[in-house]
Amino acid sequence: MPITVQIPTALRRHTAGVGSLTCAAVNLGDLFTVLDQKFPDLKPHLRDEQGQVRRFLNIYVNEEDIRFLGGPAYAFQEGDEVLLVPSIAGGTR
Amino acid sequence: MSHYELRCRECGKSWGNQPRSICDDCFSPLEVAYDYEALRASGALSRERISQRPPNMWRYSELLPLPQGFEPRLPVGFTPLLQAPRLAARLSSTAAAGNLYIKNDAVCLPTLSFKDRVVAVALSQAKAFGFDTVSCSSTGNLANAVAAHAAREGLKAWIFIPADLEPAKILGTNVFGAKVVRIAGNYDQVNRLCSQIADEHRWGFVNVNLRPYYAEGSKTVGFEIAEQLGWRLPDNIVCPMAGGSLIVKIKKAFDELINLGLVEAKEVKFFGAQATGCSPISTAVKTGSSEIEPQKPNTIARSLAIGNPADGHYAIKTIKGSGGWSEDVSDPEVIDSIRLLAETEGVFTETAGGVTVGTAGKLYRQDRILPDETTVLCITGNGLKTTDALAGVYEVERAIAPKLTEFETYLQRTLDVSEIPGVIAAAEAAGVGA
Repeated sequence: MPITVQIPTALRRHTAGVGSLTCAAVNLGDLFTVLDQKFPDLKPHLRDEQGQVRRFLNIYVNEEDIRFLGGPAYAFQEGDEVLLVPSIAGGTR
Repeated sequence: MSHYELRCRECGKSWGNQPRSICDDCFSPLEVAYDYEALRASGALSRERISQRPPNMWRYSELLPLPQGFEPRLPVGFTPLLQAPRLAARLSSTAAAGNLYIKNDAVCLPTLSFKDRVVAVALSQAKAFGFDTVSCSSTGNLANAVAAHAAREGLKAWIFIPADLEPAKILGTNVFGAKVVRIAGNYDQVNRLCSQIADEHRWGFVNVNLRPYYAEGSKTVGFEIAEQLGWRLPDNIVCPMAGGSLIVKIKKAFDELINLGLVEAKEVKFFGAQATGCSPISTAVKTGSSEIEPQKPNTIARSLAIGNPADGHYAIKTIKGSGGWSEDVSDPEVIDSIRLLAETEGVFTETAGGVTVGTAGKLYRQDRILPDETTVLCITGNGLKTTDALAGVYEVERAIAPKLTEFETYLQRTLDVSEIPGVIAAAEAAGVGA
């Protein structure tokens, strides 16, 4: 049940430049586990010391804020596109 | 070297000056920090010096992040601070005349909203950073401001808006030759898209990668209020909240004036105003939460319809830390409040101003604002941009012939029926008084 995750430019220095990833995560917690394994440097940028999603990071599933879909309880569907977007981010290029 | 630089609001890391809005280390927002010691030592800022400068927002240039050699080309800001005794009498039965003020950015130049202030600062930096295209996501007023200032500066403008925006705000963007992109979604979706576009295109997004500079322009509302009150701070500020930046920046402005010795220190209470149909910040304040729970906006106050406010967290902090509060009002209350402000003080504001006035009324009734305190309501936009909100409120009357006898008949009929032309008359007719 593959889903795609898009990683913004601001975070790509922690992913060796990788901008997107396909994986079989079933929910948000599972997705974090996958990302932690693949990109260990990314972990502290996504969650705080208590393991909560960082205040200024928004997560969207197919253009919808995941908080409107149930947040961590939302079960990813096949083909879902997950976006990680800093809440007021922008390119620096 | 500049006397200002970008610094992370959370971890404090310096980022120099560049088009960037977040800290790569902790993902938190950046804000402009100033060398206040150097400013104090230079002696450039005194009440006397400022008062001799032209009446526009550039009189506070030392406290704005402007590029070296910047020459302002538009007299933005320094809008009237009006005493509002007739409105005060309606909002509070015991209000002492002279204590309530309207900061009237409905007449801010050039596009009749406070957004001219932030855009003026953002575009000064956009030029300095070498952008040839500026852009924004907008609920309307920002679109107008970016388009107009870009035209003036010879920059290209790409404006992203929710498709259902008020026609006057779309036209008021088109007319400046800007490229308007209508998005089938709400503001939060437009904003998210702009974050992604800013990641791919080298454009100056005023509220994305230029946001820290842009937001500083809002401080001039606070500087002006203090100066226009005779270099003193009010007891209370009532401020509409969309993204939540303005209320935070007025607080920063007051703190800077205190820090530089331009006003006496004072604990000002900050009150935030939202429409009930989009009230993530006021809901958080009222429920005691320090975090924003995003909402799907559903209100006629479209300029405030941001369900996931970027500065919501800081707005909550500002309000709570000051001993203030936040309230929200229904759409019918917004309409009544637009009419009340117009009928009492001759100021025609847009829906956001209706939200502010309606909220102020609630705060007086809750005794959170006391009648003998100096209170300033921030009116941030012009009613001519949201006339559709008043559609159907006023009947179009039958035309009468240009004859005195016709008029006399008309007058008699009108007096007999005692038609009710406004919200004040309607309230009095219903025996409600205020």
